[in-house]
Amino acid sequence: MLMQDIRFEEGLNACMNCGVCTAICPAAEFYNYDPRQIVDIVQSGDNDEIEKLLKSEVIWYCGECMSCKTRCPRGNAPGLVIMALRGLSQDLGFFVESEKGRQQLAIKRTVGESILSTGYCVYIDMLTPPLHPEQGPNWEWVYENRKELVNRLGGNYKGSGPGILRKIPQESLDELKKIFEVTGALKRYEKIESSSMKKAEELNLQLDETNDNEYFRHIYKTNNGSHTKQ
Amino acid sequence: MKIEGKRAIWSEYQKEIADDRYFYVRSCIRQNFFPGSEVAFLRIMREELGKDVYEHPCHTTCSGIGYHGDVVPVETAMTVVARQFALMTEAGYKNYVPSCITSFGLYTEILETWHHFPEVEGKVRKQLKKATGREFEIPENLAHASDVIYKFRKEIGAKAKYKLVNKNTGEPLKVVDHIGCHYSKMFPLKGVGGAEYPYVLAGMIEEWGGQVIDYPERRHCCGFGFRQYLVQANRGFSIACSKQKFESMQPYKPDMIITNCPGCPMFLDRWQYVINEMEGKTYGCNGEGIPVFTYEEVAGLVLGYDPWDLGLQMHQIDCEPLLEKIGYEYDPEKKYEINGTVTKINSHSLLNI
Ligand code: SF4
Ligand code: SF4
Repeated sequence: MLMQDIRFEEGLNACMNCGVCTAICPAAEFYNYDPRQIVDIVQSGDNDEIEKLLKSEVIWYCGECMSCKTRCPRGNAPGLVIMALRGLSQDLGFFVESEKGRQQLAIKRTVGESILSTGYCVYIDMLTPPLHPEQGPNWEWVYENRKELVNRLGGNYKGSGPGILRKIPQESLDELKKIFEVTGALKRYEKIESSSMKKAEELNLQLDETNDNEYFRHIYKTNNGSHTKQ
Repeated sequence: MKIEGKRAIWSEYQKEIADDRYFYVRSCIRQNFFPGSEVAFLRIMREELGKDVYEHPCHTTCSGIGYHGDVVPVETAMTVVARQFALMTEAGYKNYVPSCITSFGLYTEILETWHHFPEVEGKVRKQLKKATGREFEIPENLAHASDVIYKFRKEIGAKAKYKLVNKNTGEPLKVVDHIGCHYSKMFPLKGVGGAEYPYVLAGMIEEWGGQVIDYPERRHCCGFGFRQYLVQANRGFSIACSKQKFESMQPYKPDMIITNCPGCPMFLDRWQYVINEMEGKTYGCNGEGIPVFTYEEVAGLVLGYDPWDLGLQMHQIDCEPLLEKIGYEYDPEKKYEINGTVTKINSHSLLNI
């Protein structure tokens, strides 16, 4: 299954374990993370080890910047290998076995749902100041005045026709939905939901369809502090 | 390495950039955080350069943040992109211009994959047909919107009302360029100047009178890292990456930062605010922040556009110190004016905090 992912053919070719990818990797500077080791395990083809990897924290540390691709002497892309592992971890339901993996539900329910409901990965209405304190006080003003401000700058907030932050026509959203169905994204979404439901029960945390419940808050905010170098 | 040596290296990495008739696709992030930048791009292309740029009302996200957030499978992302290509084909265009580096990286990755694995392209064609009934042609030319501005940097320079020069000293402004990882780290040949010496922004800076700063962490990631920012528990990674860059650039005393990607300027702007809140630290001169701009904003400033039409009031770090350095004529009192009403008091605090 792993080997069927096109990114393995693209991303992995006779790794010589030199560690250049780890040396350039920003995630390896911050987290207890070593892309070289992951490539090594995948290349070994040891299924038990790969399964352990799919249930582990380490596959979720990469930032997918692809700096490793530029420098690898063999032209490998550990970042692409990681992406394939993450896909598999979700499709097999293993992602809920790690703190970082469980966060996939939050990404599915924010970005994932936004794509289908708005046609944008993010839409300004989602970026509320309480959820985004890091956006700073000026963002509070932007958010409060978003419609008038976007339009004053020449945008088309929720309007018809082309333009910035326009409403994407329902027929286009229907096409996206159909693409998601035909190509397996909806199946992945369902698997993320059902595995998370099971995990929430196991952890005794309440989870419903909203983003305001114990389990969602838990996965969105919890950091047990064991992930980083310091 | 001496600057001449670097020039020799980047000159090997020149890419073909179409010169008219563009099919423009918007960026989710740029529309939300820098709407004035996309407006400025179209104004420059259409009004200053007289080019044909078409925007299809039915185009959508490329799904790139979902793809790199790992919830959208690769086959899905490819088919969403194929639909965008179909809209281009139906509209009679061949030159595809995305406004986002994540998108540009995704398009490049997909086109490379199809090139090496034609059976994957065939499968995507079938899936798109099944889902939407549409068919597509592969673009003849793929250029990021900044590539196009780079191509016309001299024409823009010829119309310049302002230069990136300190009006008081006559010295060129010291400018940090930030390219965005997905521009050329995966496929160096697809970016102007390649992965190690990207010249897309440096070319604009030099043409418009500024001086590019070469500092140790120039190529380091801004720290977006997709899930590393999208989930609150992971944001320490994101801020640590930006901080590493600020610490590394500070000794060179940058006057401003110019960015390629729509996400990076948001992070480089907001994380300066957060670091200041956490540690009381600032990285610009005189205890100020370093103002951060998109390349469209800088092109607009060079052409003399009103900073409040460019959307510079949406930044957390104030742009005014930079405007003063250039000797820009603008009305500070109009900063927070919307439809004739002042909606916020301009505190004139340098960090705007
Ligand atoms: S840089 Fe390439 S060859 Fe070296 S360890 Fe990493 S993946 Fe393997
Ligand atoms: S893509 Fe991932 S593994 Fe590669 S350098 Fe970036 S963070 Fe590291």
